[in-house]
Amino acid sequence: MATPRPRVKVPKTAAAGEVITIKTLISHDMESGQRKDSEGNTIPRKIINKFTCDFNGQTVFSCDIDPAISANPYFEFNAKVAESGTFKFTWVDDDGSVYEAEEKIEVK
Amino acid sequence: MRRGAWEGLPVRGKFAAIGAGVLVASALAFSAVQAEPVDETLSIDGVEMTTRAKAQEGLPFDEVLSGWLFREAETRQLEADSFENPGMLYVERGEEIWNTVEGPAGQSCASCHGDAAESMAGIAAHYPKWDADSQRPINIELRIDKCRVEHMGLEPYKFDSDDQKALTTYIKHQSLGEPVNLDLAEGDMQSWWERGKERYYLRTGQLNFACASCHEANSGQYIRADHLSQGQANGFPTYRLKQADMVSLHNRLRGCIRDTRAETPAAFSDELMALEVYLTWRGTGLSVETPAVRQ
Repeated sequence: MATPRPRVKVPKTAAAGEVITIKTLISHDMESGQRKDSEGNTIPRKIINKFTCDFNGQTVFSCDIDPAISANPYFEFNAKVAESGTFKFTWVDDDGSVYEAEEKIEVK
Repeated sequence: MRRGAWEGLPVRGKFAAIGAGVLVASALAFSAVQAEPVDETLSIDGVEMTTRAKAQEGLPFDEVLSGWLFREAETRQLEADSFENPGMLYVERGEEIWNTVEGPAGQSCASCHGDAAESMAGIAAHYPKWDADSQRPINIELRIDKCRVEHMGLEPYKFDSDDQKALTTYIKHQSLGEPVNLDLAEGDMQSWWERGKERYYLRTGQLNFACASCHEANSGQYIRADHLSQGQANGFPTYRLKQADMVSLHNRLRGCIRDTRAETPAAFSDELMALEVYLTWRGTGLSVETPAVRQ
């Protein structure tokens, strides 16, 4: 797939202090750097190497990603929300590209 | 080096022994359960799919079963939530292609067909269909190519190009949940059906397997680590975890035939189109699950 496209699922609303589930998925080939093309040349590594989720500027979840992770990486994690705000998701590619997504949540 | 290899052996031997012990124990305990398709209901975002349907007359079993029932819990879960399903990425990409103007005629799919959610709803459940112009059955891929050549002034897609897979997946997804039902009375469909049936039961390759050897006579059994399904076509194009990619039906058919160590027929050849007609008919009544998720 040409351009990586992020998908994010966050509940629209939550009660204060509620633990919510966040799901994220991004389309990406995750080329491991271990494969060779038809002419025998190594296909250079190109993977997403870091994923971060911030809430109102504070990091909620982050991880480093290595070449063994398969294509289209999917992350699911929980977060406790105390106030309304915005989740910001960031994926960092080996070539320096950064893919971003945002999702608002209202705490009642 | 040789010594090193020897030194490694006892350790490996030990592991193998432990592994075998576990295997035997679990095989004794679970073999009866594991060999059967699961008794579960698939609902995708709350919409229930038909994964068991009454078999068509002439088939050697009472029920036809979706391949979903043969997969492991984690794989089944991926398909049940359209967010987790990586195949939905291709549906989104397909939607973009649908709405993008391409070629000298300045047309997109949407220029003629409008909103696919309306114009394509339920359509793909009735493919392959008879095509009077070419006097043969055509599937969704070939139908798209027909539009590209006749109305958009474009070349047909290269087989299994990303765009072909994405657009096919998008169009088939508009029939999600619709029961598969072919019209064999159209044109010469019946004789293609018969030709496909012949191919289904024809043993080929160095292993001398027919489709039926695995998917009919041994469906439900294990072939090495793989739980053999009935080999239904209702979920294609399918997201296969093995390839981490969408896999088209003709790619899968070619893969199966290659694995019997036979000559592989070309995609969309008469041989494979006939097989697609027959195979799709075998799954009559099952919901279209595109994009299904398989192992």
